[in-house]
Amino acid sequence: MNIPRITKIIESKTEAENIKTVTFNYPQETIPGQFYMIWIPGVDEIPMSVSFIKGSRKGITFKKVGEATSALYNLKSDDRIGIRGPYGNGFNIKGKHILFVGGGTGIAMLAPAIEQAINYKIKLTAIIGVKNKKELFFEERLRKNGADVKVTTDDGSKGFKGFASDLAKKVLKEENIDAVLTCGPELMMKTLLDYCKDISFQASLERYIKCSIGICGQCCIGKGLRICMDGPVFDGKTLKNVEDFGIYRRDSAGRKVPF
Amino acid sequence: MENPTILASGIMDEDSGSIQRIIDCGAGAIVTKSIGLQAREGYPNPTLIELDYGMLNAMGLPNPGINNYSQEMSELRDPKIPIIGSVYGANPDEFIQLGQKMEEYDASALELNLSCPHAKSYGLEVGCDPKMIHRITSSVKEAIKIPVFTKLSPNVTNIVENAKAAEKGGADAIVAINTVKAMKIDVEIGRPVLSNKIGGYSGKAIKPIGVRCVYEIAENVGIPIIGVGGITTGEDAIEYFMAGASAIQIGSGIYYRDLDIFKKICTEIEQWMKDHNYNTLSKIIGVAHI
Repeated sequence: MNIPRITKIIESKTEAENIKTVTFNYPQETIPGQFYMIWIPGVDEIPMSVSFIKGSRKGITFKKVGEATSALYNLKSDDRIGIRGPYGNGFNIKGKHILFVGGGTGIAMLAPAIEQAINYKIKLTAIIGVKNKKELFFEERLRKNGADVKVTTDDGSKGFKGFASDLAKKVLKEENIDAVLTCGPELMMKTLLDYCKDISFQASLERYIKCSIGICGQCCIGKGLRICMDGPVFDGKTLKNVEDFGIYRRDSAGRKVPF
Repeated sequence: MENPTILASGIMDEDSGSIQRIIDCGAGAIVTKSIGLQAREGYPNPTLIELDYGMLNAMGLPNPGINNYSQEMSELRDPKIPIIGSVYGANPDEFIQLGQKMEEYDASALELNLSCPHAKSYGLEVGCDPKMIHRITSSVKEAIKIPVFTKLSPNVTNIVENAKAAEKGGADAIVAINTVKAMKIDVEIGRPVLSNKIGGYSGKAIKPIGVRCVYEIAENVGIPIIGVGGITTGEDAIEYFMAGASAIQIGSGIYYRDLDIFKKICTEIEQWMKDHNYNTLSKIIGVAHI
């Protein structure tokens, strides 16, 4: 059965301005890059990538942006939510030196992939790009776990001043990177794909998801690629043939909305 | 049609890319998402869940609206198979406007959604009254030249009356059935899971209901019937043919057997026919009427 299972929030922790991590007990094995459907009864059910994996305890990290995330933001430990999944494919964590690029809240879903790369003893560089330092999170967590972390801010309030993709371009020039894994604004990811001519590339995409099990068609891109089943992680070769990548998404009525 | 498997409305058919993928998966024809005059966002999630023997959904007729849909239709250049435009409206006039647009977009046929069980003032709400079914079907028939199929709901006391009304209204075929009204309650928190509370049940559980409806309709009307409801295997399709369907639609089956279910079912139908010494499909249609 593919139906939300009710569980209690173990902890709701503030990570940065308007950003929280919510953890819960959910034993289903989950691969970094996969997502859950999180049901806030009476409000909505929304897709959320896993941001924390420790045995049967899992977590999601999100920014308060709309009705559903605001409701989730206000829930406390012991409050009940429904969870189903995990859905989607997840990252294929392979390479000799991987560059991870998280834009905005994208680092939330990259964090478990980074931690897995550390477990695999793969050399890695992680770029966290945010607008300003108030929105920065997971820097400490990833450093503590042994990652080489570089921070970029649009306003220069911390680290490198500029976009994550600007710093990524520099790192790609200076280091012998053989794989790029990214999540963030689609235009940023498209720019990165352009930089990765001969470098393995994987990006996690976000679309309005309804059924989450591959039948309603709401989240499709290109020639019927379902974010919820065929993605959310796609490789560079696939994305080069997706005409909507970085150009438009579809709203909940299926209308095209340019980025 | 090259084969009798048709993609049912509402599944992977809101945009041209998805439709193209289903064509590549071997469908004999496509029915589009149900399109209305205006764009509609549908209901908040959860909109679709899977239960023990089927799927329960209340999407709420999300669609980009008939004007925006022209782009999806035009992107399907030379689709090679028939594209059947599904439309929903609140009254005969809306159906006429939508039908004319679909004809203008080169749809091969029109499917009238008179059966969606979960959208206020549409679908089943206009499709449970035989007089309304007759009025809508006949007014659309007068207004357009492409064939018109009327899709009926099982959520009525007597589906035969509705099928007769569609036939009298000039329908070229009956599509039966749409989903069955149902509900799932989460007992931990004591509330329905779907945001719309009530949804439509599809998948394996409803196949016997669909087969019964097709059988009853076949006994009472002369126009072709397209069978739909819970078909996941070639044998399921055979059962519908024996009940009187000349073609079948597949929706939820995609979840159980993935997108290439169309090819799989065609192979299974052929194998079944070979094993049972049938050389044409037409010999199977309606054999259960004894």
